[in-house]
Amino acid sequence: MIRKVRKHIVQNEPLIFERSSPGKNGCQLPALDVPLVDPAAALGAQNVRGEIEGFPEVSEVDVIRHFTRLSTWNYAIDLGMYPLGSCTMKYNPRVNELVARLEGLAWAHPYQPEALSQGALRIMQRLAGALLEITGMDAITLQPAAGAHGELTGILLVRALLESRGNPRKKILIPDSAHGTNPATAAIAGYAVENIRSNDQGLIDLEALCKSVTDDVAALMVTNPNTLGVFEENIVKAVEILHAKGALVYMDGANMNALVGIARPGDFGIDVMHLNLHKTFSTPHGGGGPGGGPVAVKQILEPFLPIPCLKSSGDSLTLDYDRPQSIGKVRAFYGNFGVLVRALAYILAHGGDGLRNATVDAVMNANYIRHKLAPYFDLPYPRPNMHEVVFSDDFQSKLGVRTGDIAKRLIDYGFHPYTVSFPLIVHGALMIEPTETESKQELDLFIEAMIDICGEIEKTPELVTQAPHDVRTTRVDEVAAARKPVLRWKP
Amino acid sequence: MQARDELFAHLPEDVVLHRPLDLPAGVSEYEIVEYFKARAAENATWPSFLGAGVYRHFRPVVVDTVASRGEFLTSYTPYQAEIAQGTLTTIFEFQTMICQLTGMDVANASMYDGSTAVPEAAMMAARVTGRHRILAARTVHPEYREVLRTYARNQGMPVEEFGYDPKSGGIDLADLESRLNRETAAVIIQSPNFFGIVEQVNAAAELAHKFGALLIFVFAEAVSLGLLEPPASADIVVGELQSFAISPSYGGPFAGIVAAREKFLRQMPGRLVGQSVDTHGNRAFCLTLSTREQHIRREKATSNICTNQALIALMATVFMTLYGKEGLRELAVQNLSKAHYLARKLQPRFSGPYFNEFVAVPNVPVEEVNRQLIDRKIIGGLPLDRFYPELAGSMLLCATEMSKRDDMDAVITVFQA
Repeated sequence: MIRKVRKHIVQNEPLIFERSSPGKNGCQLPALDVPLVDPAAALGAQNVRGEIEGFPEVSEVDVIRHFTRLSTWNYAIDLGMYPLGSCTMKYNPRVNELVARLEGLAWAHPYQPEALSQGALRIMQRLAGALLEITGMDAITLQPAAGAHGELTGILLVRALLESRGNPRKKILIPDSAHGTNPATAAIAGYAVENIRSNDQGLIDLEALCKSVTDDVAALMVTNPNTLGVFEENIVKAVEILHAKGALVYMDGANMNALVGIARPGDFGIDVMHLNLHKTFSTPHGGGGPGGGPVAVKQILEPFLPIPCLKSSGDSLTLDYDRPQSIGKVRAFYGNFGVLVRALAYILAHGGDGLRNATVDAVMNANYIRHKLAPYFDLPYPRPNMHEVVFSDDFQSKLGVRTGDIAKRLIDYGFHPYTVSFPLIVHGALMIEPTETESKQELDLFIEAMIDICGEIEKTPELVTQAPHDVRTTRVDEVAAARKPVLRWKP
Repeated sequence: MQARDELFAHLPEDVVLHRPLDLPAGVSEYEIVEYFKARAAENATWPSFLGAGVYRHFRPVVVDTVASRGEFLTSYTPYQAEIAQGTLTTIFEFQTMICQLTGMDVANASMYDGSTAVPEAAMMAARVTGRHRILAARTVHPEYREVLRTYARNQGMPVEEFGYDPKSGGIDLADLESRLNRETAAVIIQSPNFFGIVEQVNAAAELAHKFGALLIFVFAEAVSLGLLEPPASADIVVGELQSFAISPSYGGPFAGIVAAREKFLRQMPGRLVGQSVDTHGNRAFCLTLSTREQHIRREKATSNICTNQALIALMATVFMTLYGKEGLRELAVQNLSKAHYLARKLQPRFSGPYFNEFVAVPNVPVEEVNRQLIDRKIIGGLPLDRFYPELAGSMLLCATEMSKRDDMDAVITVFQA
């Protein structure tokens, strides 16, 4: 029985261009307190455009109704559990939104004098210090704008260090369970990628790793816990293998929500890693960004960090550009400062114990789901899991129902789907990450939904393969969208 | 179920942290607000004449009203189209408006910011042309060029710069022509350029095309698109949308865009939203052409980008919708008028046409001007020697619709002292 939702009326809404009527305007400018300049005279007539064809013409209330109606077509954490594996969809505290909008922070210009920006710099310093304590690393840059951007920064740091030793080397080793961004990043940093296979436990195969680590290898990129939600328990030995050959170890911090307060990458030998502030540290995903991807490093990589770096000078803070070995800039200015503010607010609210408690609850929730769903779904890698659990659709696919179908049926039950068909090493993966946000009540509803769907698969599989049903938009034809791309509205 | 302590019992002893994190105890919401208010008070919130890639424009209230809706704020990348039609529809509208503004055929769902969009466009041009040499104007934002160099270094993509005409402040077309050859993948120009000057886009495009190279057009001040001729002769347009209701926020988060001619679509980086139908035949949207992307193509992807800037792009979309066809032009004309009021009394250093920024040379050292303005609780312009040693003694000044006449008069007084 579907308990979390029941049908309600949803407003229709055209595209904003179809709502336009000539002459409407949603924003009034102040009266001009200087003489009006004629654009053609100031810029040259050839530089002045005609009207912007097709641009909206609507009133303020049109705008509010339009976007409010569209918003009701979205699922969101604010509506319930969002069990996307590896995405860490946790609650986004609203006080973080308020403080990021304080005038002194939101309106600070990146080029205003440092003496008039001490508040911004102190926030960055405090966040940097907290993240170093959490990761056990030595130095950090807050500049990267997102996880993949942090990966690129980290691999460029590896390259810079190895170049300074005389040879940047050629290859990055990446386990077959890795996120797709890892190989794409290595390629952009100018490295060839060698995939290494996981062993039958879903862990790094130390023997295979030994064979792959040659003098050509610059680094291993590892996600820990890996994308199965399993802690790479041989990580210390893996690090030793790489270090013995003069190579480094990069850790993708996407799954850091499993480790905060429990274990520190710096302590288990990681040389460089990124954090996803929009995952572990609760900054809102916003439908796909903005994020934040600070990169923390061991001392050997510190000279190469992007410029500028924060520096104390007496009582005040400055931005240091005089760093001759730096890889340069990876982004204009100093990174997504507004995201940094939110992440620090989250850390201050929790404190050291609170952060650890969040990790424990996140791991507890994932284990609860595993325990309750294990009788119904195949668990291909039955090692203890951390913050997420990965099942396969092995039982269900024998009845003609795939992971993607189960995911769509969850929508009818009022939940966002889990991550579908990833990691690739699991055939037909269902990757579930509840986070610490969810109460037992919400988890039980989710578990009940998953078990009910299992029953449906046996009795009425078409109910699942054709889902979702009770929604405004049923399955979208993605093949048609790709075959003949329509990427903009036209009159 | 296991007890809490057992959850981590399988972790090797030598990786476990055997002490509490050395961080202060958690605090209440009230204390968090107090902490950040104290930090905010340490930053100046005065009238400012800084631009240089980050502009002070009024943010209509409705922008935050919309962006604060939990359905937009707390949703994920819209992979599951059936329950993400809100986000997908707004991105489709965003892509459309960016095309309308830039004169391009296709636009993506946004990039991190303007600076990172530049190397993405350069790599795209290299894929399209099969060439690797990049020519960038020295009048492109200096930090954008720094980011381009960081990315290009390991792509086998040499970046060469060409100069500007010391009189007009626009690109030196002769210098550009002398450096172009059959290995040039792209020419990168910015307009209005870093000095605020409107560039000769068509002339640059003609030269680039003569050598089979693409023209990449960059904008840092998006409001200028409300008034300036769209760069229809460019092949790829990239830019920064901060001016569209995004707070300066000490440099981010902002949103960048990549737009291009239709024939280059398959080489575009980043997310794209396309129109389709659901099983009932209703119009519906979904992410599309994802075979370009990292989660499918892995090391052969067009970019490693995963996150875009959906919420920031949404703010820009609401801004564009509120101002609309007439309003955006009026806003641009106000900016033009304010900057010209300020500039006419200060004698701009360059003769080229300018939008809302210009370079001026005070009678006294620029540091002295800014110090005197700080005494009046005004933040002056950007001293240019930091990026252009040959322009020592000059400063870049910006005026927007938020610049008040009294404050501009104060700048003029200090300048002429």
